[in-house]
Amino acid sequence: MNPLAALVAERSVIVCCGAGGVGKTTVSATFALAAALAGRRACVVTVDPARRLADSLGVQSLPNTPVEIDGDWPGHLHALMLDTKGTFDDLIHTYAHSTEQAEGILTNRLYQNLAGALSGTQEYMAMEKLHELVESEAFDVVVVDTPPTRNALDLLDAPRRLTRFLENRIFRALLMPTRVSLRAVGMATQAVLRTVSKVAGAEIVQDAVTFFQDFEGMEEGFRVRAAAVRQLLADPSTAYVLVTSPRPDAVTEAGYFAERLAERGLAPAALVVNRINPRFGGTHADPSSAAAQLADLEANLAALNEAAEREEGSYAALMAQVAPAALGRVPLFGQDVHDLGGLRRAADFLFS
Amino acid sequence: MDVGTFCAQSRVLIVAGKGGVGKTTMASALARMASRGGRSVLIVELEGKSGITGAFGMGQDLGYDEVELQAPGPDQGSVRARRITPDDALVEYLEDHGLRRLSKRLVSSGVVDVVATAIPGIRDVLVLGKVKQLERDGVADLIVVDAPATGHAITFLTSASGLVSAARGGPLRTQANEVVELLGDSSRCRVILVTVPEEMPVSETIESAFTLEDKAGVQLGPVIVNATDPEPVGLERSAQEAAAGLDVDPEHLAALEQARLFRLERHAVSAAQIDRLERDLPLPQLHIPMLDAETIGPPETDALATALARAIDALVPEVPAS
Repeated sequence: MNPLAALVAERSVIVCCGAGGVGKTTVSATFALAAALAGRRACVVTVDPARRLADSLGVQSLPNTPVEIDGDWPGHLHALMLDTKGTFDDLIHTYAHSTEQAEGILTNRLYQNLAGALSGTQEYMAMEKLHELVESEAFDVVVVDTPPTRNALDLLDAPRRLTRFLENRIFRALLMPTRVSLRAVGMATQAVLRTVSKVAGAEIVQDAVTFFQDFEGMEEGFRVRAAAVRQLLADPSTAYVLVTSPRPDAVTEAGYFAERLAERGLAPAALVVNRINPRFGGTHADPSSAAAQLADLEANLAALNEAAEREEGSYAALMAQVAPAALGRVPLFGQDVHDLGGLRRAADFLFS
Repeated sequence: MDVGTFCAQSRVLIVAGKGGVGKTTMASALARMASRGGRSVLIVELEGKSGITGAFGMGQDLGYDEVELQAPGPDQGSVRARRITPDDALVEYLEDHGLRRLSKRLVSSGVVDVVATAIPGIRDVLVLGKVKQLERDGVADLIVVDAPATGHAITFLTSASGLVSAARGGPLRTQANEVVELLGDSSRCRVILVTVPEEMPVSETIESAFTLEDKAGVQLGPVIVNATDPEPVGLERSAQEAAAGLDVDPEHLAALEQARLFRLERHAVSAAQIDRLERDLPLPQLHIPMLDAETIGPPETDALATALARAIDALVPEVPAS
């Protein structure tokens, strides 16, 4: 069996990662389609799909909810477009002890900033959504497209970062002054608080304290959840698929990501090189020997074949680095992939 | 437009674009181009391993301290580079505000994370604050900032104005205000968006451009359209027609025809995206042809700098509004 086909037939979570602009969304959707073609119930979580692809998957109108895509496959194919803010809001509702507590947080200005602007939040919410879908047991396999990370660490670090944030001793100490009196707070913490006030402005500290007060009692739920997400990311049934284009910068970034995975004792199960210049063959390589009226055509053929060859050189080292990961290649098509037909063509190259 | 005029328009150029469009490569090429006129250039890298040093033939990664990538000479200025991370900027900020003793403790205890979470944008403002300081100190004739990928770049460039409205006082607000001033002053700072002629990057560039002008109040320079497809030459007739009367191996003829159709199709896709960009975004474009290279080193950077200079030369100078 083709090793990539084995991946979509056996694994329960597939995380597609790599640099921005390499077609991660398309590759993710192709993996989900292949699972549905293999008779499985598949769902793809897309993070930032191109509009035409989103339209053809039907996820644009209904963010954060799996939408079933009909087609002539034995399994089921669902797609979902991630809504970061909505996912965070759902978490707040889940772990708040009362509607009032939830409302207090949801209307807090700092919370509203946090969900939209905090680096790592989008990454965490993608992982959170993944966890939720796995827990629902509605799918045999969930494929997740990952946000274009600021750096490769964000994705794997996001759950840990949230936990660390919630367990922070000083964060807890920040709550103390309003609970009892400022005297109850240790000298060191007082110094820190004063420093923060001095640097950031006293009002911002007060705003933050209000937010943390509203949040009180929910840390435990979030901590347990983040630990579960972390566990899922390290589970043997989770496969990482490294996606790259044959461009040098994307290849470098993919290699960097593979290093980060290795630091965590994880290895990519597959490397997919997307949008490779196709080779067109031809029987004589030397355009100068061709008839004059064919010169331009010969030059074009030679240039395209050369580009394909050069590209192979650009990702050869990466292939060696991630060995024995399965290798998949998707050629650059004349038209960019933006519908199910395009995904099927890509699937033909990867899985058969 | 004369390249010298282009380089003299502002001291800070912020280069932004979606991941994978060659943003860092273009930042390097802009720096190289400016240095040819004798200008000294400082490249500021903000995230990850960007490959800037590689573009100038150096091996190591950048750190907080400056590295010389190109020595000054009779016909060129120096090109230096450094990396400014939010943590570096924060520690320096605390030290500058008489908090040297506490700065390490603030970082190690994680309180910095709490504050940065409670005040999103503080990290970005500190980094841009550092850029502003470099600009004020006149450390180079031109400072080229390799900004985070767009999406993140919008957050990055709008955080200062967000902070001004959120922070009601304190030195941080002052800092944010100064950053807003820098970004809003076209004689000091401009943003160059980099894109490639493909659907997603073009859509994102159009959206980013309007958001950046509206929310960050920045002055946008010309858009760099990287990796444009060369105009197909002599591919109008099919291979079969062109080979009429010749004895050509049918398999080879088929390859010629497939390659012809592929090139025409790709070029049409690329041209359609350039047209869309022109229609939806009223900014001049600098077209940089696709580079045939496996890696980006000094010769490639040089070739791209030449291509950029050529494209800038061809720009029609803006007529001041009367």
